[in-house]
Amino acid sequence: MTTQATPRTQVNLAGLSRADYKGHNSTLCAGCGHNSISNQIIAALYELNVVPENVVKFSGIGCSSKSPTYFLNRSFGFNGLHGRMPSLALGALFADHTLKGIGISGDGDTASIGMGQFKHVMRRNLPMVYVVENNGVYGLTKGQFSATAEVGLELKRQGVNKYFPVDICMEALVSRASFVARSFAGDPKQVKEIFKAAFSHRGIAVIDIISPCVTFHNKEDSFHSYTWGKEHEIALHDITYVPAREEITVEDFEEGSTREVTLHDGATIVLKKLERDYDPTNIFEALRVLYEAEQNNWLLTGILYVNPDASTIFDMYNLPDTPLNRLPTEKLRPSRESLDQIMEQMKF
Amino acid sequence: MSQLLPASVRDNGTVGDRIVNDFCITFSTVNGSGSATANTILLKSLFRMGIPVNGKNIFPSNIQGLPTWYSIRLSKKGYLARVEMDHLVVAMNPATLATEMKFLVPGGVLFYPDDFKLDIERDDVVLYPMPVKRLVKEADAPQNLRDYMANMVYVGVVAQMLGIDLDVVYQVLDAHFKGKKKAVDSNWQVILAAANWAKENLVKCDPYYVEPMPPLEGYIITEGNVASALGAIYGGVQLTAWYPITPASSLAESVMEYLPSLRTDPDTGKATSVVIQAEDEIAAIGMAVGAGWAGLRAMTSTSGPGISLMAEYLGLAYFAEVPVVVWDVQRVGPSTGLPTRTAQGDLTFVNFISHGDTEYVILLPGNVKECFEFGWKSFDIAERLQTPVLILTDLDLGMNYHISPRFDYPDQPMDRGKVLWEEDLQKILEKLDGKWGRYLDVDGDGIPYRTVPGNRHPASAYFARGTGHDEMTRYSEDPDVWERGLNRLRKKIHNNLHLLPEPVIERLEGAKFAIVGFGSTDPAIQEARDLLAEAGFPTDYMRIRSLPFRDEVCGFLHEYDRTYVVELNRDGQLKQLLTMNFSECGSRLRQVSHIDGMPITANWIKERILLMEGK
Repeated sequence: MTTQATPRTQVNLAGLSRADYKGHNSTLCAGCGHNSISNQIIAALYELNVVPENVVKFSGIGCSSKSPTYFLNRSFGFNGLHGRMPSLALGALFADHTLKGIGISGDGDTASIGMGQFKHVMRRNLPMVYVVENNGVYGLTKGQFSATAEVGLELKRQGVNKYFPVDICMEALVSRASFVARSFAGDPKQVKEIFKAAFSHRGIAVIDIISPCVTFHNKEDSFHSYTWGKEHEIALHDITYVPAREEITVEDFEEGSTREVTLHDGATIVLKKLERDYDPTNIFEALRVLYEAEQNNWLLTGILYVNPDASTIFDMYNLPDTPLNRLPTEKLRPSRESLDQIMEQMKF
Repeated sequence: MSQLLPASVRDNGTVGDRIVNDFCITFSTVNGSGSATANTILLKSLFRMGIPVNGKNIFPSNIQGLPTWYSIRLSKKGYLARVEMDHLVVAMNPATLATEMKFLVPGGVLFYPDDFKLDIERDDVVLYPMPVKRLVKEADAPQNLRDYMANMVYVGVVAQMLGIDLDVVYQVLDAHFKGKKKAVDSNWQVILAAANWAKENLVKCDPYYVEPMPPLEGYIITEGNVASALGAIYGGVQLTAWYPITPASSLAESVMEYLPSLRTDPDTGKATSVVIQAEDEIAAIGMAVGAGWAGLRAMTSTSGPGISLMAEYLGLAYFAEVPVVVWDVQRVGPSTGLPTRTAQGDLTFVNFISHGDTEYVILLPGNVKECFEFGWKSFDIAERLQTPVLILTDLDLGMNYHISPRFDYPDQPMDRGKVLWEEDLQKILEKLDGKWGRYLDVDGDGIPYRTVPGNRHPASAYFARGTGHDEMTRYSEDPDVWERGLNRLRKKIHNNLHLLPEPVIERLEGAKFAIVGFGSTDPAIQEARDLLAEAGFPTDYMRIRSLPFRDEVCGFLHEYDRTYVVELNRDGQLKQLLTMNFSECGSRLRQVSHIDGMPITANWIKERILLMEGK
């Protein structure tokens, strides 16, 4: 007699299967870099054993901002206004400081209309991952220049771009973001590892991901294309994210060729030296390598800067352990006596 | 300089009948000279003597150097609106003397520093020179405080000449400086010296007197913005996001002032409410909408230019059904307009704010007590209806001191609306065979149930959006779904208008026509009704306190052939909205627009209505 094995779904330490992290089917173009990013977010959160109910998703407007529906169906999400996602996220996360935010934005949403809110959420160090799916073009309105488009880029119906591009990582750095990285949608392994590190970071974590638009902006010689990216990507380091409970095995990382950064929750990012030694805790170095990359026409990827000890906005407020949105009404309305007292004072 | 008597006194040797507790005194000073303290102390001293008073600050959009005026009206009958003429003027600013003289009544009084070069042609004014510099010098005040102390000279002189009780002045001074002995003493020294000087050197030859009245039991004195802030705090506000703007700043600042004492959890020592100064008004409303969506009682406070910036977010909050409270302390628009003057010019804008079909609950407090009351009620309404609530006050109500009956402690428990936490959600899922959706009208009242982030039930999450969505929150471009959703939003509010404050209706025997108004014009309209009645025109009066209009509004309008709609804007915005809603009454409504940026007066209303009546 033979017994048939029951098919068993593989689960992570949270007891969840990969399906528990899925979203709806994407309605973006086939081959869009954004879809690849959504898949890596799913993979990263599955591997991190994150409970989806502990995450809240936010986005603005644009192709990028549709993508929060393509992952984590079991997480709350709010697709808000163009360029105004940071303020929405800030208000919402104050309701329950134990939640972790994931914001998905685009280059138009962040670097054009949303530049102000982007920079202010950096200086407030709101604990969330802020992903910019950066393709240098407005996709949803069918192909106009964005503020990250390179000088000289030619688009059908738009002509040639005249203006200097915004470098999102540089803007994040000078606004004192506490975690700044750049990646390339065509390098999914790196996207995943950086996302894991960003998610574990306590503070704002910006990941500028060059994510080619296959429909409106994928010329082979363009900065935001797959071909150009694959040919010009220079990774600062190989990144491995090691959760707090896993030991770092020595054989994987030879002594002298790695640099470790311990994140707030005890997890470690191990940056394996490639051609250069790079200190991701040095903001001047980060700005310098970005400038160098720009001068040399490189797509420089990796974790550019991290300050694991920066105070978050929640450290600046005297918040209770109980999430604010769980406080019972008796904690919210001051006593009758206190009003009597104020009324007495107002007799003068 | 010797004291000059007006012609009437010189000729007849009499001062005329005493005028007691019924006049207006205006202090003309230079902005930034610290006169606010002096004026407030006089105002509050009068209030403590039991005299109904109101103070109006007419100030420039400037930090230092431009002229500013403060008018205190005393009214034994309790009329608290602005009046057009001054009976007494304290002129501390030589640059505006000519202006002051234009508004001083015949037989009026002018107090002025004795080093002013008086260049006035009128001989019907009582002149009281004050040795300001000498008294300040003798008080040995530090150099940097001499300008401030100069104002205390007029406090002392005016108190002495009008008969304001100096003991009361001392009590108010002590309360003002919260008992800080040094500040109290140095100011008191100047006040006392000035009062003594006046007693010995000035001969009273004007008819204006202050006399104590029975105490105003159960009354307080405060500013609307403080009342609004307290209302929010007693309403359980948990997140206030704001951006500085005149005349709304003191609302959020008052929230900050009172939170530590009122909203620190005694058990944990932790804050139960946070305030965030945003980078602009778009971010401020964004934070408030995010917080409201996530289950906090959230608000922002601003004025016209800020409201303009908040338009897009308010449309999102309306459509995504997010509770949030927005205070608009109105100033004069359009554009930057007159930032330090008062108006009711935002009414139609906020009523229609944001693109597409929208509709908002708007509350219109008419006094500081209602600022407090609507402050806490607004959160109950916003959370019950899952929609933005806008509260319109104005500079006059918000920034000036008003006397008021004490505020009543909220008489209803907080209504957090249809929020589902884990167990509630489980129950409703069982009841509905698992078919719960965020925008599903389960109860048939148009109000769906909502979950908020932080709910750990695996079925709690949904994706909020400003794009088309069905009852289950899925993106949808289906024509029927869209129409159904938009109609439910309308039903949700219109089915529940009983939650909004009803209009206040007051009637007089034999009224031939009616007056309608809202907000800060109430004291002037009340007084105008008395003036009109004295002239033989008794009126009925409806003060509207909320939009969309309740049925009572329509009923009232139908009763009269003529209804005068009094408001502080050029285009008759309330009249427009009434005409739009009750077109059958449109031709019976008459527009009474007051648009110069100053608080409206009873006399102006009376004259305008009589003119329109053809009298």
